[in-house]
Amino acid sequence: MKYTLKVNGQTRTVDAPEDMPLLWALRDGLDLKGTKFGCGIAQCGACTVLINGEARRSCITPVSAVGKASITTIEGLSKDGSHPLQRAWEEIDVPQCGYCQAGQIMSAASLLAKTPNPTDGDIDQAMAGNLCRCATYLRIRRAIHRAAELGKTTASATGSGK
Amino acid sequence: MSTALSRRSFLRASAIAGGGLLLTSFWEPLEAATAPKTADPVLNAFIRIHPDGTVTIASKNPEIGQGVKTMLPMLIADELDLEWKQVRVEQVGFDPKRYENQWAGGSQAVPNNWMPLRRVGAAGRSMLVAAAAKTWKVPESELTTSKGKVHHKKSGRSISYGQLAATAATLTPPDLASVKLKDPTEFTIIGTPIPGVDNRSIVTGKPLFGIDVTVPGMKFATFLKCPVYGGKVKSANLEQIRKMPGVLKAFVVEGSTDSNEFGAGVAIVADGFWHAQTARKALQVTWDEGETAKQGTSVFDARAAALFKEPPQKSLRKDGDVKAALAKAAKVITAEYSYPFLSHAQLEPQNCTAHFADGKLTVWAPTQTPEDGRELVAKVLGIKEDDITIHLTRSGGGFGRRLQNDYMAEAAWIARETGVPVKLLWTREDDFAHDFYRPGGYHAFSAGLDASGKLTAFRDHFISFGTEKEFAPSAAMSSTEFPARFLPDLALEASVMPLGIPTGALRAPRSNALCFAFQSFLDEVAHAAGKDPLAFRRALLSVTPLPAPPSTPSNSPNAPPPTPFDPARMIGVLDLVAEKSGWGKQKLPRGTGMGVAFYFSHRGHFAEVAQVTVSKKGELKIDKVWVAGDIGSVVINPSNAENQAQGAVLDGLSEALGQEMTFENGRAVQSNFHQYALMRIPDSVPVEVHFRRGAEFPPTGLGEPALPPAVPALTNAIFAATGKRVRSLPLTKHDLSWS
Repeated sequence: MKYTLKVNGQTRTVDAPEDMPLLWALRDGLDLKGTKFGCGIAQCGACTVLINGEARRSCITPVSAVGKASITTIEGLSKDGSHPLQRAWEEIDVPQCGYCQAGQIMSAASLLAKTPNPTDGDIDQAMAGNLCRCATYLRIRRAIHRAAELGKTTASATGSGK
Repeated sequence: MSTALSRRSFLRASAIAGGGLLLTSFWEPLEAATAPKTADPVLNAFIRIHPDGTVTIASKNPEIGQGVKTMLPMLIADELDLEWKQVRVEQVGFDPKRYENQWAGGSQAVPNNWMPLRRVGAAGRSMLVAAAAKTWKVPESELTTSKGKVHHKKSGRSISYGQLAATAATLTPPDLASVKLKDPTEFTIIGTPIPGVDNRSIVTGKPLFGIDVTVPGMKFATFLKCPVYGGKVKSANLEQIRKMPGVLKAFVVEGSTDSNEFGAGVAIVADGFWHAQTARKALQVTWDEGETAKQGTSVFDARAAALFKEPPQKSLRKDGDVKAALAKAAKVITAEYSYPFLSHAQLEPQNCTAHFADGKLTVWAPTQTPEDGRELVAKVLGIKEDDITIHLTRSGGGFGRRLQNDYMAEAAWIARETGVPVKLLWTREDDFAHDFYRPGGYHAFSAGLDASGKLTAFRDHFISFGTEKEFAPSAAMSSTEFPARFLPDLALEASVMPLGIPTGALRAPRSNALCFAFQSFLDEVAHAAGKDPLAFRRALLSVTPLPAPPSTPSNSPNAPPPTPFDPARMIGVLDLVAEKSGWGKQKLPRGTGMGVAFYFSHRGHFAEVAQVTVSKKGELKIDKVWVAGDIGSVVINPSNAENQAQGAVLDGLSEALGQEMTFENGRAVQSNFHQYALMRIPDSVPVEVHFRRGAEFPPTGLGEPALPPAVPALTNAIFAATGKRVRSLPLTKHDLSWS
């Protein structure tokens, strides 16, 4: 089956069986390798992408279920790595092995879009589905708070504040 | 015979196109009178100084999240006197003819590279100074360097390394052994926080990992192995599988005769991973499960209980007369401890891409040990090691799992059968079912106290796995397990049972289990003696120990000196953690308590304190962990050091809280993360890390040694809070309620 997907603002076509998870359509079909495979059963969050702005586990989302929804992967979060979360992740030096971090950032992006100033409790709730085997959780938490700050600065500096 | 003196290190300089300088450092065997000259020199490092002032530094070791890709180049860059922003880091492939110690494990990258790589940088700097002296016709003594430039203060001139590179390339490199190194007070990069060099690629989703490798014409493989270790394929519905959509091949792989190297199973090669998986769901295999099908957790537990009642099979250490000392003791404390098997659960599932053509094999692998991998693949395929090329990728976690190269052997075999490039990818279920697990273990301890509460006798009967001849991998105990060497009457004894389930090193191997058992039991003894647990440990360390066994000499001129367990350093970190945690300073309410533990592993001395609060219903909350570590006089990259130490502590807590692998009928019961509870962000707790830098010791590694004390610090804190002693793990098995 051919599926037309809206990925990172582009229209892309992928040939896939209808039960193929979006994860494999992205990785093997569209060569977007930033989204990672970790468990296949929505337990680890390494495969998190945004579907219409909501964090979703692409490993259990059939490609046939996506329809016209807009998909954002880590590659499409910003053009040049300038999203506040990406900047904060670099500034705080979050990664150890780095394998889970794309999924962490996508979950955090969904959180910040709805809750620009999250509390620790908000972070716990939004990020509990993302495993970090290296346990960089303390820095992930710091980086989300830092991204929230950077987001404010960016918004006011460009005059596009809410 | 010592081979250490028969080898030397040296540096070569050569020009690169466009006016740059290439520095390569080698060590090679000197020609002994009798021995033939061995082939090629070994390259330790390379540096390319480009005319534009940027400098490329090779990173030779596998990056598994421990931070070597950033840390090793820092050593060169500082001695070369660069600004970090001039540095480009390049991951090089596996090449044992050129690079030394190209592996990741045992927290050894720092001690192995600290002096050799600094010397390479310093030698480069001295050549650039010499080139400037030649260019300006001034004495070298009038020149200084900083930020990638040579300065002549008298005339106010400065020149960049890039401009000097071509001249430097014509000079004879200095002797590495005698090159002048910076005084630590002159470091500008070492000791400063440098973010990971791959961070930008990670946060933008660039293909860095083994699983991301793409080779033109590549196909995808899945490999279903017998769920029982060592089992063989009797029959499979291969004809049906071969007709399924996208499937190119399906075949039986016999595996290695030693199933721990490379197990038997059925391979399916398809045009996509999902097609391979879909076909695999329809795969029906009849297995010959073999002998290990009789093994399992309940069998092990029953056997351990029986072995405790029998005399120990082996003596690991015997000082004085522990039996007599226990008989004489004013008080004898006995307790049994146990801990479960654990899985590595590194987040990137095992994978390997391989291409076999014209008798030669090319491999792209996330491995910690490319040299071992090549040896294994050569053996199972029956080809020459020289016909195998291994490209190193970043690894999505190692934790010791990628010290084994079973998945590399599988990919190589499947690629040869298939004739096209193949990416083998394990499922998470494959990963849990076919790990080299941290072995479980059982301990029966006895300790004797005199009337004053001083520890006078100590005995452990350790029940582990293996044969009469040797322990199973990572299932051994050394003869120096503390308090060994620190008591006149002590016995460490062991018995083993056979094991068909593969075991191997998990981050801080052996230590991650033994520390829990020994430091928890010593805590019991301290409480039984009516002593403060920290002061009790301090007193135990304050005697002159019996001599340590001699260490094995290395044959590399670059091998670091040994780092022995030093009770003074351990007392130092105990005092530091006591100060930082406010140990004993305040009366904590019932239900809240602090626990302490210390451990020496991988050359690091660590003491940790945990504070917990347990509700009357038994709900556990870890409030905080304080870490005091001594990894030598310098912490090379403080940002990564803190990250590693925090991660190691949370890793240890995660193991203690909920991790356990069990086995039934010779196969793993837990299949995925829903049954194997890794810590998640809501359970991550503040971890405050302090390093004791005062000591005059060379820096050592940090991937592992912060982990072991976290476990007993936690369980000892639970005792302090509730009066409940945790003698087995994980904690999910315990009712911590109190009244």
